[in-house]
Amino acid sequence: MQEDCLLELRGIDKLFPGVLALDNVDFTLRKGEIHALMGENGAGKSTLIKILTGVYPMDAGSVKVEGKPVHINSPQDAQNNGISTVYQEITLCPNLTVAENMFIGRDNRHWVKQKDYEKRAEEILQNLQIPARARQQLGNCSLAVQQMVAIARAVDMNCKVLILDEPTSSLDDKEVQMLFTMMRDLKSRGVGIIFVTHFLEQVYEVSDRITVLRNGELVGEYLTEELPQVQLVAKMMGKELEELNELSDSEEHTASDKEVFYEAEGLSSSEALPFNFSIKKGEVNGFTGLLGSGRSESVRAIFGADKVGGGTVKIKGKNVRINKPIDAMKNGIGYLAEDRKRDGIIADLSVRENIILALQVMNGFFKPISRSESEAFADEYIKALKIKTASRETPVGSLSGGNQQKVILARWLLTHPDYLILDEPTRGIDVGTKLEIQKLVLKLAEEDVSVTFISSEIEEMLRTCSRLIVMRDRHIVGELKGSDLNQAKVMKTIAGGEA
Amino acid sequence: MKKFSKILSVALASAMIIGLCACGSSTAPTTAADSSSDTAAVADTATDTATDTAADTAADTAADTAAAPAGDVIKVGVVNNPPSESGYREANVKDMEAVFSADNGYELKTYYSLKNDEQLQAAQGFITEGVDYLLISAAETTGWDEVLKKAQEAGIKVYLFDRMIDVDESLYEAAVVSDMAKEGETAVNWLLSQNLDTYNVIHIQGAMGSDAQIGRTGALDEQFASGKMNKVVQQTATWDEAEAKKIVESVINSGESFNVIYAENDGMAKGAVAALDDAGITHGVDGDVIVMGFDCNKWALRELKAGAWNYDGQCSPFQAQIISDLIKSGSAPSSKKIINEEKGFDATTITDADIDTYGLGE
Amino acid sequence: MNNMFKKLIKGGMGQLAIPLIAIALLVIFNLIRDPGFFFVGISHNNDGNIVLQGNLISIINGASELAVLAMGMTLVTAACGGQDISVGAAAAIAGSVLVKTLKSGPQITGGKVLLAFILACIVAMIFGSFNGTLVAVFKIQPMIATLILYTCGRSIAYWINGGATPTVSSPIISAIGSFIPGIPVPTPVLIVILMAIIFKLIFRFTSLELFTQSVGINGSAARLNGINSTFIKLLSFIILGVCVAVAGTIGVSRLGLINHETLLLDIEMDAILAVAIGGNSLGGGKFKISGSIIGAYVIQMLTITLYAMKVSSTDVKAYKALVIILLVVIGSPVFKDRFNKFVNRMRGDKKGISEKGAAKA
Repeated sequence: MQEDCLLELRGIDKLFPGVLALDNVDFTLRKGEIHALMGENGAGKSTLIKILTGVYPMDAGSVKVEGKPVHINSPQDAQNNGISTVYQEITLCPNLTVAENMFIGRDNRHWVKQKDYEKRAEEILQNLQIPARARQQLGNCSLAVQQMVAIARAVDMNCKVLILDEPTSSLDDKEVQMLFTMMRDLKSRGVGIIFVTHFLEQVYEVSDRITVLRNGELVGEYLTEELPQVQLVAKMMGKELEELNELSDSEEHTASDKEVFYEAEGLSSSEALPFNFSIKKGEVNGFTGLLGSGRSESVRAIFGADKVGGGTVKIKGKNVRINKPIDAMKNGIGYLAEDRKRDGIIADLSVRENIILALQVMNGFFKPISRSESEAFADEYIKALKIKTASRETPVGSLSGGNQQKVILARWLLTHPDYLILDEPTRGIDVGTKLEIQKLVLKLAEEDVSVTFISSEIEEMLRTCSRLIVMRDRHIVGELKGSDLNQAKVMKTIAGGEA
Repeated sequence: MKKFSKILSVALASAMIIGLCACGSSTAPTTAADSSSDTAAVADTATDTATDTAADTAADTAADTAAAPAGDVIKVGVVNNPPSESGYREANVKDMEAVFSADNGYELKTYYSLKNDEQLQAAQGFITEGVDYLLISAAETTGWDEVLKKAQEAGIKVYLFDRMIDVDESLYEAAVVSDMAKEGETAVNWLLSQNLDTYNVIHIQGAMGSDAQIGRTGALDEQFASGKMNKVVQQTATWDEAEAKKIVESVINSGESFNVIYAENDGMAKGAVAALDDAGITHGVDGDVIVMGFDCNKWALRELKAGAWNYDGQCSPFQAQIISDLIKSGSAPSSKKIINEEKGFDATTITDADIDTYGLGE
Repeated sequence: MNNMFKKLIKGGMGQLAIPLIAIALLVIFNLIRDPGFFFVGISHNNDGNIVLQGNLISIINGASELAVLAMGMTLVTAACGGQDISVGAAAAIAGSVLVKTLKSGPQITGGKVLLAFILACIVAMIFGSFNGTLVAVFKIQPMIATLILYTCGRSIAYWINGGATPTVSSPIISAIGSFIPGIPVPTPVLIVILMAIIFKLIFRFTSLELFTQSVGINGSAARLNGINSTFIKLLSFIILGVCVAVAGTIGVSRLGLINHETLLLDIEMDAILAVAIGGNSLGGGKFKISGSIIGAYVIQMLTITLYAMKVSSTDVKAYKALVIILLVVIGSPVFKDRFNKFVNRMRGDKKGISEKGAAKA
């Protein structure tokens, strides 16, 4: 045992019904280091963290904090041992103020005056340059700010171990840099940080050490500078690395000679300003822009997800009204929502029921899909999309994020859409599944399906899209295709140079 | 579908508003003068029954008042529970409205509520308006001191009816009430007069702690204690017919023998009889089981007349005539507490006239 | 036996485990207490029909209204994540409409009974859609929305018929409330079976089950998949309205009498309990109607058992509460989790490891 060991996990096992989520995993965190915990979805990262924070009990193994064995049976225990966490999904209370969220449940001093903690919160917010006010209701802040408040809360709790579970997935670059500054600052004060992310660049930018998990097992622990990026990916994914290279070399998909499938003029909704947009059959296009630029709101308007404002919509040249999702669905449009948990999965229902849902809605209330038919559909898509599930009757909520996403994809594919809108289909899922989804998009395009693809990773969009619509401040500010489709040009357009 | 639900919601919202208006009108104080013609028609028939009821006590004066309405209109304020409370209350309210009618020389103001504080406010209002007499059936027994003192200061005479209040006797002229214990005694005496070899009694009680339950249970409990009657089961069905049926069913299923069902109201007696019918046990006159009920609903008295039941005890809601007589005679009653005479009916002696006169409802 | 028990708790039977175990315990308890408790006899009733008789019949007969209401309540719970507490009051209204219609005109014919029932259904459906509109359109919490009708429903029932307890007597009514000549099974039991079959058919021939569950679990996602959640919620209340009318009709027909104050009094709480005992989440989402029906029989069996033990009916509610606390606690995820752990510890770690191996493979 080294002296600077902050946290030692040895031989951790965790068993879920039908799945061994962790198998004899070791993990060591030293004082003053940023330690990236890497792995595909379902590798066991989230499970390990939940054990560490007392959310799940472990089935076997031991935990030592600063050399002393501890038992962590509840989040309270974790906190008492100096372990704080910021989760991937924000777990604060949107209807309380920022200050209340930062201090709620922190200690037993119920008599702390409101003014005192609001003052303290204001200090922290300023210190960390978080654009929020202490008395503001948290739900009114942007997702990014909410995330930062959650981090601020954890940072302020005098923690020895700070766990950041996908903290950057909803932050833009500037905010990420702010976070990294904060992390380095904490590191210099001797805090150990466990950093879970899918963004490889960020790992190399900020972390000192990397531990890789795969399928619930420990692959190894490495110093970041000694592990090239390609090798890291290889360790996380195994053999699929070659395919990744293959795909990035694949030809750009163009559909210039095809018929226009969807055309909108002056389309607006309660959330989106009027815009013009069209897409051809078999075309893959993308909407890009910073968070809050209106890219999601625009595609939601296409699907009729928010209250429709005005504008004309033509499908294959014919005027149609799309006021609500069912109208869009009947016109052959499918929409995979940005927030998988909130707008996508029906967590308690089975994989089978989730897959047939959209088709069933389109068939109508009085024409239920028979059990045997639905089982056949489910089996078909579980196989086709390689969905990892114990059975087709497993509740979809117990699947890993990537597999949940595949289930929703299956749901829309089953409706055989002419136009599929995918809003952040690859967010928070592992590299392997990302690749599969990208391949799927290209395959759909070959079958003459139009696809709108949104991703925060520009590289990913450049690989799949033949046309990129760039948005800024809720307006379309540019449309890039052909030779303009490169990272530099996209960045420039987003940032507001001459488009 | 969406359109449908929108239309529906509008329709429902308007229905709700109408409903609320209706609610409002039923609780607001009304005067008899305002009341519509059909209530007057009801009042006529009710007057007859009321006159008959009081015939025993004050036949002469009743005839006088009916014949010669006083020159001055007597203003009467009645604070009562709402008629929806029970069949008993409905008859009580109708009786009040009939006796204190304009024809009889009264101006009637009424206020109905189940809530004591609302009743108190209404009484206060009547005092300010300057009624001559205040008649009260209180929701609760407490909290009335102040209001009654004010009435006394204002020279308003107070009569309590149906329910007593916890105040000094000097604050009211008289209280006309039923004696529930006596109802029980009358019933139990009737049962003893049947001279059965053994009395195996299923005793179905009303809501525990209510006046009617305590009164009607008392006499029977004495018999159980003395050993003259055997308690097969004693259960409360809280005035619920269906519950009464379940209780009797459970006794039948247990195989225990019984020959008397003593139910503390008509509904529960009917429930008990339904259980007997399902099990093929005969009841009533010439039957294996004696059935006893209370309240004298018309339908219950008809069951009695048909011989399906044996006994029904009265709980008289007709106090208006007694009070009216006291008002018109102008003299103080001999006792502050006036017990309303109540009967018990036997299946073998009841007549159609009895059903018309004493039956409640319809 | 141990294996079966484990299967019951863990999966297989799933959410039906708790109500079934409860029934089993009650049966065993009663058999020990009185071996003849479940004896079913045959006798003649006073109309000369051959009828079945005994505690068992009393239980399944007596639970009929509750079972019917529990079915509808399950649907509302699943779709709206809340409960309708006005079912008792609404049943009093429906029953009053039934009696009012039956009492209009001199004779009670089969056609008139049908008409009366249809009117009761329509009225109950209107009140159901009133509740449903408040919940689905105006997004009021179900308990709060239905509190309105809960409070004023029995007054409305009073306005329909007046204060006394009007009675109706007719062979047709007693056939609905007790026995059809020639059939020894109480008619309410047959009505429950009929209702259960109707529900089964509705689930078979419509997407109600899937849509209701989707709306209940994740309304936002359901909307984005084209489901009209307002309609689904409203529909659940309207269907509950039909259940209310059926329950009210049974209640009135049992004695041929409507007492607007006591008809199905406090049944809303039992109906909600039946749903909970049936293993359905009161927060909405996944549901099993069969669980709620069994839940209704559990409650009724408990009541009849307590009556048979001559527990004073004032005390019955307290004892019922005790048993129900027990059932709900046993059914809670926390208890299940601890129980599973306990079982695993009892069996030792070795088996746990072999299970791990199996899962891996």
